[in-house]
Amino acid sequence: MTLHPKDRAIMEATQAGLPLVSRPYEVVAETLGMSEAELLKRLSRLKEQGVIRRIGAAPNHYRLGLTSNGMTVWDVDDAVIDELGKRVGALSFVTHCYRRPRALPDWPYNLFAMVHGANRDEVHAKRTEVAALIGDACRASDILFSTRILKKTGMRLSRKEN
Amino acid sequence: MSEPLDEMDRKLINRLQDDLPLTSRPFVQIAEELDVDEQEIVDRTRRLRDDGYLTRFGPFFDAEALGGAFCLCAMSVPEDRFQEVLTKVNAHAEVAHNYERDHRLNMWFVLATENQDGIASTAAAIEQETGLQVLLFPKEQEFFIGFRVTA
Repeated sequence: MTLHPKDRAIMEATQAGLPLVSRPYEVVAETLGMSEAELLKRLSRLKEQGVIRRIGAAPNHYRLGLTSNGMTVWDVDDAVIDELGKRVGALSFVTHCYRRPRALPDWPYNLFAMVHGANRDEVHAKRTEVAALIGDACRASDILFSTRILKKTGMRLSRKEN
Repeated sequence: MSEPLDEMDRKLINRLQDDLPLTSRPFVQIAEELDVDEQEIVDRTRRLRDDGYLTRFGPFFDAEALGGAFCLCAMSVPEDRFQEVLTKVNAHAEVAHNYERDHRLNMWFVLATENQDGIASTAAAIEQETGLQVLLFPKEQEFFIGFRVTA
């Protein structure tokens, strides 16, 4: 998908964040040389197209005290994984939830759900809740705690952003 | 020095993780919901960002909708080669995040490339440079993408 040059300029101008003022779009529109109305219209269209997922804030898990993160992984019956995946993803403490291919024989798991907590005990307790929800459809599961951040670069436009 | 979070800060952090309306004054609706002044919402949001509780406020773009590709990858790296392999893996600009995890598959990273072909070629290059297998776990279905946490 190719962005209109104006939309690309909007993306470049906003990917680092909006100014924190009452009328942030007015400020951005001025730097882009367009009207606030046009900027809002273009942003609305990008949102309808799915190019913009949402407007909001990203929390810093570590700063909020959620220093433990566990990638819980599950081998779920293919017949019911999409239905159960939706329910796991809807749990308030699950921040990311995906169906991914297994890599047999090394890796039997097809459902990945990221769980954050103040410590490992809290993450383990949440994993138990996920297990209860999946029930008998789960054949095996594991949890992988992160022990070190080895690299974290902000994904910017030239490298894409998420 | 930053102050500890009060109840209103927590409510605001939780609310800001949901979508805001695309209107000229996006904080008005939150102010009404939380029953405080618009200016207080703006000021608190700025303080929360400046103090590092929020990493960013603004639109979140879907790189895949723009043609970019992402893939979660994992490697099983022998302990005595960890630093050497890490240097080789991280040298690729396509490696966006990389985490050590306590498992036989101990290195987990995300490749972010301009197009789908870039995933396979980058993974192949890493395999060649390290002599180790790179397992690819592309997402097949996404069940939730709120990144929501309760403050």
